[in-house]
Amino acid sequence: MNKTYYGKLIFELSKSGRTGYSLPESTMKNHSMDELPSALLREKPLGLPEVDELTVVRHYTNMSNNNFGVDTGFYPLGSCTMKYNPKINEEMAALKGFTNLHPAQCECTTQGALELYWEVQRTLSEIAGLSAFTLNPYAGAHGELTGLMVIRKYHEMRGDTARTKIIVPDSAHGTNPASAAVCGLQIVQVKSTADGTVDVEDLKPLLGDDIAGMMMTNPNTLGIFEKKIPEIARLVHECGGLMYYDGANLNPMLGVCRPGDMGFDVMHINLHKTFATPHGGGGPGSGPVGVRQGLEEYLPNPQVVKNSDGSFSIRTNENSLGSVSPLFGNYAVIVRAYAYLLSLGKENVPLAGKLSVLNANYIKECLKEYYKLPIDGLCKHEFVFDGLREEYGGDHHDAGHVTTLDVAKRLLDYGFHAPTIYFPLLFHEAMMIEPTETESKDTLDEFIEVMRTIALEARDHREMLKTAPHTTPVRRLDDVKAVKEPKFTYAAL
Amino acid sequence: MAKVIEGLYYSESHEYVKIEGEYGYVGITDYAQDQLGNVVYVDMPEVDDEVTAGEEFGAVESVKAASDLISPVSGTVVEINEALEDAPELVNKDAFANWIMKVKLSDPSEVDALMDAAAYEASCH
Repeated sequence: MNKTYYGKLIFELSKSGRTGYSLPESTMKNHSMDELPSALLREKPLGLPEVDELTVVRHYTNMSNNNFGVDTGFYPLGSCTMKYNPKINEEMAALKGFTNLHPAQCECTTQGALELYWEVQRTLSEIAGLSAFTLNPYAGAHGELTGLMVIRKYHEMRGDTARTKIIVPDSAHGTNPASAAVCGLQIVQVKSTADGTVDVEDLKPLLGDDIAGMMMTNPNTLGIFEKKIPEIARLVHECGGLMYYDGANLNPMLGVCRPGDMGFDVMHINLHKTFATPHGGGGPGSGPVGVRQGLEEYLPNPQVVKNSDGSFSIRTNENSLGSVSPLFGNYAVIVRAYAYLLSLGKENVPLAGKLSVLNANYIKECLKEYYKLPIDGLCKHEFVFDGLREEYGGDHHDAGHVTTLDVAKRLLDYGFHAPTIYFPLLFHEAMMIEPTETESKDTLDEFIEVMRTIALEARDHREMLKTAPHTTPVRRLDDVKAVKEPKFTYAAL
Repeated sequence: MAKVIEGLYYSESHEYVKIEGEYGYVGITDYAQDQLGNVVYVDMPEVDDEVTAGEEFGAVESVKAASDLISPVSGTVVEINEALEDAPELVNKDAFANWIMKVKLSDPSEVDALMDAAAYEASCH
């Protein structure tokens, strides 16, 4: 009677006739099921598990102990910014004044909630160097779509309807081309140079009067700052396009530099990354969209505005692109982000960005003897290794070489979450590591030590890596079988 | 090391075309399948579809990534390799034997812009 027993499926713990409740005597005893129309009767039994309350409690408590989250361990998942979510954010979001709100309440009773919403819009505008924000989108990709809709609306309002193409770098997040396609735009890819940044010479011939804009992430998905951003923005603006900033990598820029100052016109922010709200199965997310001056009226409805008498109102704008969500997005997430911002304060926001850069560079420099670093030099908040170095079993000419997948699986044995692997696609054995600013030097040192140990194991005990993980509740999963023969229900097992 | 076959034509995006008379058999190279890892799905065009050199004609999905397929030649699809519908892993077993589509070429001179085996092999290093 231990973890193994209670760790079985709840259906396997089922004993026929066992219950965790007692019902009062039925008052319908004199009626029979036959009185109901047969079409309404269930043909098969429900098949629910029959268990007592304590079994349910032990089963789910044991299951929850198998979870991995940023509260249980280091989570260096590149491009995801898995920073710690301070508990005070939860306390603030749980205040009754917020949880008991109804979206249809009279404005006269929701001034505080609207003020918070407006303050977050204003603060994000300041951090981004833009004119206005909407907090309505539900997630990062939803923000991308909303932002691209703003760009389309801008061209449409000018009668410039031939702009149907959007430029996306080959290192971009997959959501960029996906959001653009959903927005009805045709994707044009621009290549990267050897240092992983946008190839300006490759960009020039792509520009023309059919270009709606360009989507960029800065620093890019390799953690490299795009130094030519002023020139790129100038070129895109000269051809009549707008610049879109994917805020996935905003973290290292916090309080240091601003997308608006770099020449971006529209952007989204992931509150669940940069502003420490829950993320990774713990969401929901929030993807506010900001715009420069002149584009404010196209933001989605409804919008929150501050009146000249200091009160706050909800308004709809007729030039708006429309609605992207019912009402105000994930309001409780916005409360958490506000709590985070106020806890840090203006003086500490830049420290978050700078420390995230310091932590990433520290890991990179400590491990580059063991793992291939395709782009040397200073990175921002994250960096990419291209697998193990040749002398540590990473030689891809060798048929049985140790892959990034093997390293990622072995990390689980040591109690760390794996980094993002096989992204970006520019490298074949990509391993994308983002420690965030919230980790102490001790945690970073422990991670570095484990990554070194794994490199030595890869050199000396290759089989141990090939068969990892060894200590997790489930061993290496058969990805191919999972895709080709998916089983989603207990009945299918 | 990934193998290459003499006599085929290769593209930068790792597709090959094998010319037989006025037809071309198009697939992905051994290097491409090796880099992709276990292939779990091949999104193929339909017979009678028009394909254009340099443009997408389908996609191949592995446990690692999904990659667009870029046609090395232009023409009309006359046949697809239906065996890949149920057994996409055949691409991993032998990428050159398991072509993806057979195209009636509209401009056979397009292959001149592609690489031969030696040039392709050199480009993969």
